[in-house]
This record gives sequence, C-alpha cells and structure tokens, in this order.
Amino acid sequence: MIEIKDLHKSYQMGSNSLHVLKGIDFNVKEGELVAIMGSSGSGKSTLLNILGMLDEADSGTYFLDNVPIEGLNETKAAQYRNQFLGFVFQSFNLINYKTALENVALPLYYQRKKRKERIDKALEYLGKVGLAEWATHLPSELSGGQKQRVAIARALAADPKVLLADEPTGALDSKTSYEVMDIIQTINDEGKTILVVTHEPDIADMCKRIVHLKDGVIVEDKKVEQIRASQYVR
Amino acid sequence: MKFIFERDTWQEIYGAIRKNKIRTIITVIGVTWGVFLFVFLLGMAKGLDNSFRSQFNDFATNTMFLWGQQTSMPNEGFKRGRRMQLTLDDVEALKSKVTAIEYITPRNVTGQWGTPPGQFVKGSKSGAFKIFGDYPTIDKVSKKKIFDGGRFINEEDIKYERKVCVIGEDIYKQFYEKDEDPIGGYVKVNGIYFKVIGVYKPTQTGFEGNDSIFLPFTTFQKIFNQGKDISWMVITAKADRNIVDTEKTIKTLLKRMHNVHAEDTQAFGSFNLGEEVAKVNGFLSGMRLITYIVGIATLIAGVIAIGNVLLITVKERTREIGVRRALGATPAEVRGQIMLESIMLTFVAGLLGFIFGTLLLWGINTAIGNNDDIPILNPTVDFFAATGALLAIVLLGTLIGLIPAQKAVSIKPIEALREE
Repeated sequence: MIEIKDLHKSYQMGSNSLHVLKGIDFNVKEGELVAIMGSSGSGKSTLLNILGMLDEADSGTYFLDNVPIEGLNETKAAQYRNQFLGFVFQSFNLINYKTALENVALPLYYQRKKRKERIDKALEYLGKVGLAEWATHLPSELSGGQKQRVAIARALAADPKVLLADEPTGALDSKTSYEVMDIIQTINDEGKTILVVTHEPDIADMCKRIVHLKDGVIVEDKKVEQIRASQYVR
Repeated sequence: MKFIFERDTWQEIYGAIRKNKIRTIITVIGVTWGVFLFVFLLGMAKGLDNSFRSQFNDFATNTMFLWGQQTSMPNEGFKRGRRMQLTLDDVEALKSKVTAIEYITPRNVTGQWGTPPGQFVKGSKSGAFKIFGDYPTIDKVSKKKIFDGGRFINEEDIKYERKVCVIGEDIYKQFYEKDEDPIGGYVKVNGIYFKVIGVYKPTQTGFEGNDSIFLPFTTFQKIFNQGKDISWMVITAKADRNIVDTEKTIKTLLKRMHNVHAEDTQAFGSFNLGEEVAKVNGFLSGMRLITYIVGIATLIAGVIAIGNVLLITVKERTREIGVRRALGATPAEVRGQIMLESIMLTFVAGLLGFIFGTLLLWGINTAIGNNDDIPILNPTVDFFAATGALLAIVLLGTLIGLIPAQKAVSIKPIEALREE
C-alpha cells in the first residue's frame, strides 16, 4: 500500500539546515495498523505529513497504492489527498460552524458527490462511530472524544486507502483515548490501512506494528501482539 | 465556472457568511452606504436637472427674442437716440438672408411696456388685458396647452383676418360660469366682436401669463392700425446651428439695414434663451460630475472595506482553509469560494443600497410633490446608471476578492494546519 525508499527531508531554519528525515525506508501492506513512535523532533510528524502529501520530500520515492507521489502541484495533491487519504488530527480540526453531519460530509463535497449521497454516507459513518443522534450538533456541543470520533467519521467518509492519524489521542484523557482506539481498531478489523503517530506506549501497543523513529531514521520496526482497547472501555 | 450555479457552493458560502455575522454586517453596511449615497446623489442631481428643464421646456431652447431700442451712437448723419422700429420687412429680409433660422415669428402686443391694455367685454362684465397678435408658428416656440375642444390660431385665421381669439384660463375663470363652454361664444375686444376658439392653460414661463388674449396677427394689425410695425420677433435657430452665433449674424444684418453704427450695442435688444440654458446646463453637468466622483469614490471605499475584512477573515480562517485542503479542496475551489463570498457580499450590499436609495428618493418625491419652491422634480435614477454601478461594484468586489483569495491559497496546507 505504502512504499517509501530513501526518503530525505530537511528544513531551512534561518541560516541552518535541519535534516529531519535521513533516509527512511518503509513499507506498509494493506490492512496494517502501524504506530509511528518517537520523541518530539524525531521526524515522525514530518514523515506523516509527507505521507499525507501535505509536505514534499527532498529526495526518495513514495508510492501510494502503486501510484508514484512526486512533483505534485497543489491541485493534484488535493485530488490525491481526497481520493487516497483520510486525516485525523490531534486537535480534531472540525469546522466549527458546521454540524457534525456537515463536517463528515465535507470530503464527499470535494469529491463532487450528490447531496443526497453525501448525507446518506455521512450518516452511515456517524453511525459507525456511534454518533448518529448527534448529527445536527455543532462541534462546540460535543465532548473531546465525540469530536475525535466525528473527525474519524469524516476521515472515513471518502473511503480512503489509508487513514493517517496524527496523535489522535493527544488531546484526550486515557478513558476517551481508549474509546477512540477501540474505534480505530474496529475500522482496522474491517481491513482499512491505518497509520497512527503517537508518543504514548499504551496507544502504540494497541497497534499491530510499531515503528520507532529517532533523529530521522528508523531505529526499530517490530510486529507486536495487539492489545484490544475494548477491554478498557466501560 | 460550473460551480457558481451549484446549490452546494452557495451553501458553503452561506455557511461561511452566517458564521461571521458581525464582519458580514459591517462589510455590507460599508457598501450599502456607498451605493445608497451614489443613488441618492444621482437622483437629486437628476431631480435638479428635471426641475430646471421643466422651467424651460415650454420654450424651444435654441430660441432668442429680438426687439428695437434706441441707438447709442450717431451714424451716417443720424443722431444718437433714434428709435428703432422693427417691421415685417425686417422679418422677411432675415428669413431670406439668414439660413440658420428655422422659425422667425413676428409678434405684436398691447398692454405691455407702456402700451395700453385691451378692453375685454363679455355680457355685463369687462376687464383690461394684454392682447397679442400672433402667427400659428409661435406655438412651436412657446408651447401652450389648449383645453379640450379648442384650438390655437391657424393659417386660415391669418389669411382671412378672422375675428377669433384665444383667451387665458384666468380670463375664462373670471368671465364664465362653471361648466360653461366658451368655445364658439362671442366676446368684445376693444369694441369689436370676436369668436372664442380656445382657452390656454397656464405655462410656467414667459410674460404671457394666464390672462392674455391672442388674436391672429393680421387681425391685430388691422384693429390697432399697426401697419407693418411689430413689437418684437421670436427666432428659433435650426437644431444644428448655434443660437449665439445666429444672434450676432442677425444683429449685424439689422444694423446694416437700419443704418446703425456697427458697434452700437443699444440699438437692438435681445434675450437669448440658448445662452441662459447653456449656463444652467453647464452648472448641471458640473453637478453631475461631482456626483459621479463622490459616488464612485464612496463605492470604492466600500469595496476596499470588503477586501480588508475578507483579508482579516482569511487570516482567521487559515486553519479552516487548511482543513478543507487536507480534505481535498483544490486551490481553485478555495479561491473560488473566497471570491464568491466577496462578490456575493458586494452584490447583496449594493442591491440593498440601491433599494434604500430608491426608497429615499421616492419618499422625497412624495414629500415635495409639486411644490415649486424646491427646485427638485421627479428625482429618479437612470436604470442604466444604476445597473452599471451595480455591475461595477460586483466587478470591483471580484477584483478585491482576488487579494484574500490569493492569500488563502498561498498558505500551504501544512502551515495552515500547524497554525494555532
């Protein structure tokens, strides 16, 4: 699903150049649930941004579902993001003047889907995260966990190949974190490929594979026995 | 361009606008005020214009009046102070020699400038009024409204020196019962019976008033024993000729015919309507120009305010725009949305301003009514000017919307998302 070879990325900080990613080789197969761990500054967010086509690598190759991702202009990148990727952010990033339903339907809008279809799909995914009855509520009327669940529904609505979650539980307490992870695991069980950036070991342990980043290189890449989040819920 | 006509596009815009109520209202007020002022000023200028025009509209504006006075310079053995008397021969000479003349109409009057008024008798009532001797062509220069059933003097009347007259409305009111039909009835003018053929309505201008009596020119000549003498003449220039130049030509010619010194400015008096109208027109166009400048400046200020507010809003919405782009909004879609917001705001605001301005003009018009003391008549806004202004401001809204729209897409989604 994801094939990365010798990925480099550096940022220009004034006169200094900061080499963030120093040659990453990384493959993800369909249906995997991968945790990307590392301390802050290890380059994990940069890696996720490049995977999410929000940022571009300096060198190296990136194939997503066998499509080469390189030299994209903004329009093409937007279309690829819409088609291939679903994003879940630490700070939810819901649009605050849109209801939960409208937020979930937004990627479908950019897919030029018909209104009826958008609403049906959005309702379906809201139901999937258990928030069907909250459809008409604004984000300000939802709790943190609910917001993140709406965000997950939104990320899933466009039926992406890969779900990218950047610290999805970073702003949540552990109980809600587990609820969110439970949903992520459920989605993964249905076959969706998911990448989770986190620095919390207990969250990482709920994935099937952990990739450790340190100073811009992968120092460890191991399969783990998945801990089910459902046992902590309720 | 298809997205303009999609309901979803407008729903997105409606959402964004509704969310930012205060900025929307402030922006709208700015442009509404601009258009309102523009419409109001334009309407008032038009009202003033109409009012002035109505003062003149009973006269053909390229018209002059010419009469004889006294010479102020001796010439060819004649002393100064000689009285100039215009005659029908002068009229004929001018008619044949000055090509710029469209109509030339001699007029006679008694009861004006020291001459005794005529005696009007009907039944047992009598009164003294001004009496004019006129050709039908005078009606082309100084239009009079004739009541139903009546008519003005015609060529036949002139030819047969008929004893017919047209009387003013005031005379009619004084001498006739209510509902009495004056047409065809007989009255006495200076002891002679005349048949009434028409009653004219008041005109706004001129010294004819509403209480004069009009006789056929030839009849007047006979009754008052005028010979070929005339009181004055009314000259209308052809539409494409300058009345001021025509006036000079005519005066030069008359001076030669009457042995008057070429530089004598006193021998012939004249009043040139064209000149007066030109002055008023100059004033009015000046006003119109000022109106346009002020109006357009206000409009631009309003539109710039929209651009400014949108720019601030884009800054506020950086994150939202970042999210949208992460979800698959292309730069073109983001740009289109911001620009449509701008266009939509300016258009709605402009329309509101237009409506308010028109309402105010309507109110003023109703309040003033036909009050002659206020020189405003029927203040309206030209449909094309209004539509043009609306189009211009939508265009300006588009242009100014480009700035925030460009700003919105110039931020990379990653930076937009990082922004806290």
